[in-house]
Amino acid sequence: MIVYFLCIFLFLVGLYGVVTKRNLIKIVIGLAIMEYSVNLFLILIGYVKGGTAPILSNEVTKRVFVDPLPQAMVLTAIVIGLATTTLLLAIAIRIYKKYGTFDIREIKNLKG
Amino acid sequence: MELLLIVLLVLMIGGAIFSLEAKDLLSAVIAYGIVGFGLVICFLLLQAPDLALVQIVIEAITLIIMIAIILNSTREEIKTKWPKTIVFVIGVFIFIGLFLYFFNRTTGTLSAFGEHVMRMSKAYILPGAGKTGSANLVTGVIFDYRGYDTLGEATILFTAVIGVLTVLRLKGRK
Amino acid sequence: MKGMTVIVKKVTQIVCGIIFLYGIYIIIHGHLTPGGGFAGGAIIAGAFILLILAFGSEFLALKKEETRSSIMESSAILIFLIIAVLGMVIGVGGVFFVNFLPKGTIGELISAGVIPLYNIAVGMEVAAALLTIFLALLIYRDEVLK
Repeated sequence: MIVYFLCIFLFLVGLYGVVTKRNLIKIVIGLAIMEYSVNLFLILIGYVKGGTAPILSNEVTKRVFVDPLPQAMVLTAIVIGLATTTLLLAIAIRIYKKYGTFDIREIKNLKG
Repeated sequence: MELLLIVLLVLMIGGAIFSLEAKDLLSAVIAYGIVGFGLVICFLLLQAPDLALVQIVIEAITLIIMIAIILNSTREEIKTKWPKTIVFVIGVFIFIGLFLYFFNRTTGTLSAFGEHVMRMSKAYILPGAGKTGSANLVTGVIFDYRGYDTLGEATILFTAVIGVLTVLRLKGRK
Repeated sequence: MKGMTVIVKKVTQIVCGIIFLYGIYIIIHGHLTPGGGFAGGAIIAGAFILLILAFGSEFLALKKEETRSSIMESSAILIFLIIAVLGMVIGVGGVFFVNFLPKGTIGELISAGVIPLYNIAVGMEVAAALLTIFLALLIYRDEVLK
């Protein structure tokens, strides 16, 4: 139970970064930390004590396997997380070129 | 095993808090690498080698891109000012109380850590190798039982690449 | 962007081919050992990024490389879709994504039906996508942010 609590606390740290910070790069870092913590939580649920990785081989005949279904879901979720982080960073570069700063309170003016 | 996971998670939380509070942006990005690489060790301890391979390479590529972006710009940090009223402090305490209450409600129904009752997964593990023919069960689940989700993931990656090319306005610049 | 010193260039020339071969190994053995298409594709993209970082960006014609990797990514996802539709046409059940090639014995290299072909298509797609993103950011940095 302590492990679940720490994992959700990591999620809250990321949420604190998204809500409070004024720097755009810190907001992107907070969002990425939130994604990492959700992936970790899904794998934590599927763990069986004394289990091995879900791969059959000739030496391993009758063992207890860890759950393979959350691993299949999280495998695609990691690549999707990279895609969204890269898109956010591309937008951040454009904002820096136009306004000259990463501060989100100064980019509210609609310049032509 | 659980003790190792707890130590790693505390290290990751420390790295995350330091990354969000650092004054210099370069320190923030390098401390963000602690969270990513700690996650790789957590995946290895939880017996998921596929995920560890993917996570370590993608974390390295993300760090390279972020450092290249930050070195091109100013690296100063902008300070936030906390409001010092009493309503704000009461609001924080109410938030913490609600979080602890809902955490108790939801994880009380989950089984304890390590005692997973695999009701649905038995239908995938036992006939899995015979029906798909692959020794790696995770690959069999991704490409045979749930092939549609992999097609959706490939589409999202494709769309993200198109989005990056459009935002940077590399094509159609005439 | 300038390249790095002579030692880095020499070591990259030796090591880059080994990393590329390792990525192909992980893709092809995806149904026997841990790995699969996603991990192998990311490793191949890492090999190319290492080459670009070590030799500098005035060494290559970046716009042409980016066009080529875009074309490779689109064709890889097209191959993935064609194999899936072939399952609908040829296979027994007649639904999308049916595994229609024969499944041999478990543990051989040529087994598990269509899954190695899916692995190769996804590996090509992930490698080309990561390389296109990196090249787009590099071109933007070189030509626009003078």
